[in-house]
Amino acid sequence: MTGYNLTHLKQLEAESIFILREVAAEFERPVMMYSIGKDSAVMLQLAIKAFYPAKPPFPLLHVDTTWKFRDMIRFRDEYIRDELGLDLIVHTNEQGVKDGVTPFTHGSKNYTNIMKTDGLKQALAKGRFDAAFGGARRDEEKSRAKERVYSFRDRNHTWEPKNQRPELWNLYNGSINEGESIRVFPLSNWTELDVWQYIHLEKIPIVPLYYAAMRPIVKRNGTLIMVDDERMQLEDGEQPEMKMVRFRTLGCYPLSGAEESTATTLPEIIQEMLLTRHSERQGRLIDYDQSGSMEAKKREGYF
Amino acid sequence: MSHQSELISTDIDAYLAQHERKELLRLLTCGSVDDGKSTLIGRLLHDSKMIYEDQLESIKADSVKSGTTGEDVDLALLVDGLQAEREQGITIDVAYRYFSTSRRKFIIADTPGHEQYTRNMVTGASTCDLAIILIDARHGVVTQTRRHSFIASLLGIKHILVAVNKMDLVDYREEDFEKIKGVYRSFSANLSIKDVQYLPISALRGDNVVDASGNMPWFRGSTLMHYLENVHIAADRNLTELRFPIQYVNRPTHDFRGYCGTIASGIVRPGDEITILPSRTPNTVKSIATSEGELDEAFAGMAVTLRLALEVDASRGDMIVGTDNLPKSDQKFEAMMVWMAEEPMVPGKQYIVKHTTKKTFGSVSTLLYRVDVNSLERQAAPTLSLNEIGRCKMTLTQPIMFDDYQRNRATGAFILIDRVTNGTVGAGMIVEATPGDSRADHWDTEPQSDKLASSASFVTPKERAARFGQQGVTVLLTGLTGAGKTTTAYALERRLFELGRACTVLDGQNMRKGISKDLGFSADERSENLRRSAEVAKLINDAGLIAICAFVAPNKLARRRAREVIGSDRFIVVHLSAPIEVCRERDQEGLYALADSGQVANFPGVSYQYEAPEKAQLVLPTHEISVTEAVDRIVALLDKRDIIT
Repeated sequence: MTGYNLTHLKQLEAESIFILREVAAEFERPVMMYSIGKDSAVMLQLAIKAFYPAKPPFPLLHVDTTWKFRDMIRFRDEYIRDELGLDLIVHTNEQGVKDGVTPFTHGSKNYTNIMKTDGLKQALAKGRFDAAFGGARRDEEKSRAKERVYSFRDRNHTWEPKNQRPELWNLYNGSINEGESIRVFPLSNWTELDVWQYIHLEKIPIVPLYYAAMRPIVKRNGTLIMVDDERMQLEDGEQPEMKMVRFRTLGCYPLSGAEESTATTLPEIIQEMLLTRHSERQGRLIDYDQSGSMEAKKREGYF
Repeated sequence: MSHQSELISTDIDAYLAQHERKELLRLLTCGSVDDGKSTLIGRLLHDSKMIYEDQLESIKADSVKSGTTGEDVDLALLVDGLQAEREQGITIDVAYRYFSTSRRKFIIADTPGHEQYTRNMVTGASTCDLAIILIDARHGVVTQTRRHSFIASLLGIKHILVAVNKMDLVDYREEDFEKIKGVYRSFSANLSIKDVQYLPISALRGDNVVDASGNMPWFRGSTLMHYLENVHIAADRNLTELRFPIQYVNRPTHDFRGYCGTIASGIVRPGDEITILPSRTPNTVKSIATSEGELDEAFAGMAVTLRLALEVDASRGDMIVGTDNLPKSDQKFEAMMVWMAEEPMVPGKQYIVKHTTKKTFGSVSTLLYRVDVNSLERQAAPTLSLNEIGRCKMTLTQPIMFDDYQRNRATGAFILIDRVTNGTVGAGMIVEATPGDSRADHWDTEPQSDKLASSASFVTPKERAARFGQQGVTVLLTGLTGAGKTTTAYALERRLFELGRACTVLDGQNMRKGISKDLGFSADERSENLRRSAEVAKLINDAGLIAICAFVAPNKLARRRAREVIGSDRFIVVHLSAPIEVCRERDQEGLYALADSGQVANFPGVSYQYEAPEKAQLVLPTHEISVTEAVDRIVALLDKRDIIT
């Protein structure tokens, strides 16, 4: 390579920074959806770079379903809020909590709808946010391959795949009317491998759950579920067993499948990912409710 | 999930080090419905080991259900996304796919071949370095191939790979491949694409995709994957002209003011003398700030923060440029426009214009012409509808700083946004018309000086007509190559001379040897040659002489423009109507053969449409009558019209 070439990661980084700055410049009230996962970690790192030496000029928003892994909440509070000192909003759908909605009682589809999708809509409405960054990538799932970087949402936060604005060059169209909003995906062109490589290169701190450790596990419908707290309702004959496992994606613990693994370092995680034969989202139970499931969720406003 | 590499299991750190140095290549795949585009992408993903077992299992199940490939796994199912599309079997939007090898990461913009969706292809092409144009070996170059190639060239794609697919269905025959290559070459010669490569493949069977084909030993080129991994794209970037649109002003404290942005082109270093536009304020780069420390230099594509030596008040939408090389700054310019919305363009209507990081208002003041994307012909049109492309004059409410799109994508592109619907309705590419630009024709170019007075001659046309015994007119002999234009022209000249008239012949030979010697044979250049000929004929006519013009003049619009230059009352069109078969037989120089093989491009009747005049004053069937008879008839016409007395 000659002197004036950017590596693919540097190019991706530059493009994401462009998008972050563009939104900060053009919108009144942007917010960054922060899910505490690895993609959020990369997105946040890019935001810190984009506005250095200032702090990112928008708050982070975490929709807390109350069923996240305890390690995630600890990481959020101790690292993001206290150590980095970032402006963090935590929102929970209190009505859902009051109604006793849990992944065990309401089924994964209903539960996700109420605690995640509705919770998110409430938080966005409450903050009157006109732009919300999300860490979704196009390589995650087939229906996401066609999502724009700027994804227009109507007043009900719904996505209409047939009515997307064409997106040319890097000339993003952020024009909206009162009450409408844009979801922005700065990591659109990143793949899972890119994300891991970037975390490795930039030494970005991530939640320990990504690394293999001995954890209490029950096997349910072929999926390894971690018993993270006493609310986990064990069925007859289920007995938590200590297993060496790690998580490829993080969410609500009763809905996140673990994988048996011995990967305790980043290179080992990447190695495992490269050698594995299953795609990333397979550990997420919510995609498997119905055929075309992610697309249906997205229309309703799920990220 | 990435390509298979020994290093992954043996030395993951070495593997990571290798993969940290990869380049990024963005490509576009285009083809007609059923050219096998999705299959090709599925094949690239599959053969580069980018498919997980669970994905493969799920498409195996779907293959059985939808059953278009029998026993084989339908790789196309890997890439066809949304539910409705899956059922229709048609991709209807732009979808992005990712795969990588040890050398490069690839982003594929998968764009539809379906007629209505030009706008999606334009969207996909706007960010790509390279386009793969798929051609079905059984059908060859079809209308959509031309359309896709035109759009790719319009959007400034520098590399085109013509993949002749389904070679298995033509028994891997070299002749079939060579024939398609010839046709494509001749048609693409007038598109501004620097690099065109040809490749015979079968995406379904995997021939020449990732692995070289044993079925086509006659083909000596590389495989598709090898080409994609090695094609040189670094030189496509513009590193000479510094353009830094200010995106965001960062002022966290009183003593830090940084201008954030992505370098559109060029290189910048601390100490460089720069100019801020539009205020034309000179300044000097103090430092290039990043979170990893200050940089010694930064170049096109990098997102940086510039700090300047002098505190000035510059804001988003302004542009920092090298002092020795300024972009154009104007509120009026010309552009190629692709219309992206259901509601047609309304000339004169105010739209929001987004160009670099600047937003302003503007309108299309004139639609100069529309381009038929199938024939590449220019047509007069009142408006542009969805998926139509045309050349416009734009007038903005504020000046913008721009370059020609083909030289600088980032500063030459803009979008139009509807103020009511907020939709992106137009995609524009600025054409910087420079004097002496031989690539474009100049029918619409304004004279460079606005101080040109028209002095009246002391000799009137009437006096001239009385002196010469004739009206100064232009006789245009139009027809295909081989129809007998030049022969008839010189025979007519001789006859008129003998009758005591003053006349001269203009033809391709004498024009191209002198006045037009800078012109080639693209559609634009042919059009420009006709314009210059018309201007010369006009001067000849003004002098009272008869101009006999022997030109193919295949284009209706260009003939109409010539008529406007010369004047309707002194422009006579004679159509030499010998059919193409006769012209081919008469062709002693072998021009038609050269056109067939693609060595001569844009050849009327072969690779460029000849539009016969509908209202010629005279039609001469030169395949049926002699030259003398033809001249007799023209002279009779001139006589009847009192042009010669």
